[in-house]
Amino acid sequence: MANVFTSIGNWVNERAPGMMPVYRKHMTEYYAPKNFNFWYYFGVLAMVVLVNQILTGIFLTMFYKPGAATAFDSVEYIMRDVDWGWLIRYMHSTGASMFFIVVYLHMFRGLMYGSYKKPRELVWLLGMFIFLALMAEAFMGYVLPWGNMSFWGAKVIISLFGAVPLIGDTLVQWIMGDYNPADATLNRFFALHVIALPLVLLLLVVLHIFALHEVGSNNPDGVEIKKKKDPATGKPLDGIPFHPYYTVHDIVGVGFFLTICAFIIFYQPTVGGWFLENDNFIPANPLVTPPEIKPVWYFTPFYGILRVIPDKGLGISAMFASIVLLFLLPWLDRGAVKSIRYRGLGYKVALGLFALTFLLLGSIGAGLTAEWIPKIFGASADVTSIEMHFGWLLVLMYFGYFIFLFGYTAFGYEKTKPVPERVTGGGH
Amino acid sequence: MMRKIVLALAFSAVAFVAPASAEEGGGLLPAGTKVGNIASLQRGARLYFNYCSGCHSIKYQSYSRLADDLKLAPGEVLSNFAFTGAKIGDQIVSNMPADHAQEWFGKAPPDLSLEARAKGPDWIYTYLKSFYLDPSRPVGWNNTVFPGASMPNVLWELQGTQVAHYAPAKPGEEPAVEKLELSSKGKLSGEEFDAAARDITAFLQYVGEPAALKREAVGVWAILYLAFFTFLAWLLNNEYWKDVH
Repeated sequence: MANVFTSIGNWVNERAPGMMPVYRKHMTEYYAPKNFNFWYYFGVLAMVVLVNQILTGIFLTMFYKPGAATAFDSVEYIMRDVDWGWLIRYMHSTGASMFFIVVYLHMFRGLMYGSYKKPRELVWLLGMFIFLALMAEAFMGYVLPWGNMSFWGAKVIISLFGAVPLIGDTLVQWIMGDYNPADATLNRFFALHVIALPLVLLLLVVLHIFALHEVGSNNPDGVEIKKKKDPATGKPLDGIPFHPYYTVHDIVGVGFFLTICAFIIFYQPTVGGWFLENDNFIPANPLVTPPEIKPVWYFTPFYGILRVIPDKGLGISAMFASIVLLFLLPWLDRGAVKSIRYRGLGYKVALGLFALTFLLLGSIGAGLTAEWIPKIFGASADVTSIEMHFGWLLVLMYFGYFIFLFGYTAFGYEKTKPVPERVTGGGH
Repeated sequence: MMRKIVLALAFSAVAFVAPASAEEGGGLLPAGTKVGNIASLQRGARLYFNYCSGCHSIKYQSYSRLADDLKLAPGEVLSNFAFTGAKIGDQIVSNMPADHAQEWFGKAPPDLSLEARAKGPDWIYTYLKSFYLDPSRPVGWNNTVFPGASMPNVLWELQGTQVAHYAPAKPGEEPAVEKLELSSKGKLSGEEFDAAARDITAFLQYVGEPAALKREAVGVWAILYLAFFTFLAWLLNNEYWKDVH
C-alpha cells in the first residue's frame, strides 16, 4: 500500500514539481510560534465554519426555491420533508452566527496582541475585507427564507442607500429591482449569496493566509520569532512546524468547538430567538410590520450607532466610519510594542472599554436597553431619551478609542514594559 | 347590510392594530410543555381537531406524518381527525372558505403551522387561558394576552366563562384588566383545563417543528461522539507536543 502512495506521489511530482514546495511552505516548514494560546484557535475555527457553510449551503440549494412565492414554503419543506434537512438547515443557521462569534474573537485577538501592526498590515486589511464580504453574505442569506423579518430587515438596510446624495432613491430601486423588496430582490440576493460572495470570500481567505505566511504569525508576546534563528538550521528558535504540531492542536480546538455547536444545533437551534428570530417564522408580509425591526445580533453594534443618531445621513456616515476606522488601525496605532502584555495601562483600559462599548452598542441595537431601562430607572423612565443619551456616550467612546489610540501612541504618552527577546511559555 | 359593513370594518381595524398591543401584555405563564411526551401530543391533537381545526389550518403538516410521529394508526387518524374527507397523504387544511372566514370574523383565521415558533409556547398557553366575556366585542369575547382578538373562546365549555376585574382607570386611559375570575364552571376543573391547554400548546409546538422529536433523540449521540473525538484528539495532541519545550 505504501508503495502505491509513493509511486502516485512520484508520478505527480514528476509532472508538477512545484506542488511539494508549496505544501512544505505552508504546512511542514511553516514555523509558527510555540506559545500560541486560546485566542489563536479562532482563525482555524473560522475556516471550519466557512467550509461548513459551503457544504451545508450546497445541500440547501438543492431544495430551496428562490422566489417570493416559493422561498418560505421551500424552507419549511427542508425542515419537515427532506431527510435530515432540518439538520442541514440548523447547521447553516447556527454556522452563520458562530461565524461572527469566531470572527469577532479573532479580530479582538488581533487588537490584543497588535497583530495588525507592521509587518502584518496587509494581513489585517485582507481580514477586514473578509469581514465586509461576510457581512454582505450574511445579510443576503438572512433575506432568503423570506420571513417577515427577512423582508423588513432587507427594506430597512437597503433603504440606507437612499441616503446617498442625488441618486439615493434610484440606487435603492436599482438594488431591489422593484419598489419594495420583492421577487427580483430575492432572486438576485440568492445569486449573490450562493455564488458571487462565496467566491470572493474564498479568494480573500486564501490571500489572507498567503499574506500571513509571508510575514509569519504574531504571538501573545508580540515577539518576532524570525529574529532569533538557529545558526545551524536557519529555523526560528521559538518556531515549530505548523504541521503536525498546530494541526493536532487545532483538531482539539475544532472538536471542542463542534461539541458546543452540536449542543446548539440539537438542543437550542434558535438560541431563544437570537440565532433564528421568532418573527422570521411568519411569512414576509409587506402590510404587517413586525413589532420591532432589528437585525440579527451580529449587526446590532453597528445598528446601535445608526439607531441613536437621529439624523439619517449622519447616522449612516457614523456607521460607515465605524468600520472604516477599523481598516485604518495599523496606521492609527503608532505604538512600537505589539502585545497588550507589555503595553501601557492606558492601552489596556482603552481596549477593555472599547470591547465593552461594542457589546453595549449591540444591546442598544438589539433593543435590550429598552427592556433594561425601566428596570433600572423605574417604569416611568423616558426610555427613548435615556437610551439616546447613553447611546451618544457609547458612540463617543467607540470613536474615542481611535482618537485616544492615535494621541496616546503618536505623542509618546504610552509607558511600555520591556519586551522579552524570546517568547515566554509555550510547549508542554 | 350597513351594519355588516361597519362590523367588518371594525374587525379589520382590530386585526391590524391588535398585534402591536399583544406584545405589551407581558407576564406570560410558563407553558411547561414537553414535546417528547407523545401521550400529551396525542391528547393535544384530539383537542386540536375537536376545537381548532374547523377554522385553523396547519398546512405544513400532513396526516401521515402526524400518524407516524404520534404513533397512531393511519386509519385511526383518518377516522378521528380527518373530518374533511381528506386522504392520509394530504396536508391538514381547514374546510372554511377564506373569503367567508374574512367576512365572519373580520380576519381569516391564520394558519397555525408555525404559531408556536413565531409566538412561543408560553404565549399560546397563556392566550388559551386568558379569554373573558366582553359584551363590547362583536363576538362577545376578549383576551388579555391579545386584546381585541377576533376569535371567540372555543374552549369555553371546558374552561367555563371568565369575567374581567378592572383596575381603577388612570385619567385619560382605558381601565386595565387586573385579573380574570371564573363566572361559571366548565366541564373541567382549573387544573384539568390547564393540562388541556398545555396539551394543545405541546401539539402546536410539535407541529411547529416535527423534527424536534428526532433532533432531541439524536443529539445526545452526536454530542457524545464529538466529546469522545475531542478527547482522543487531545491525547494525540499531548503525544506530539511532548517534544516541544
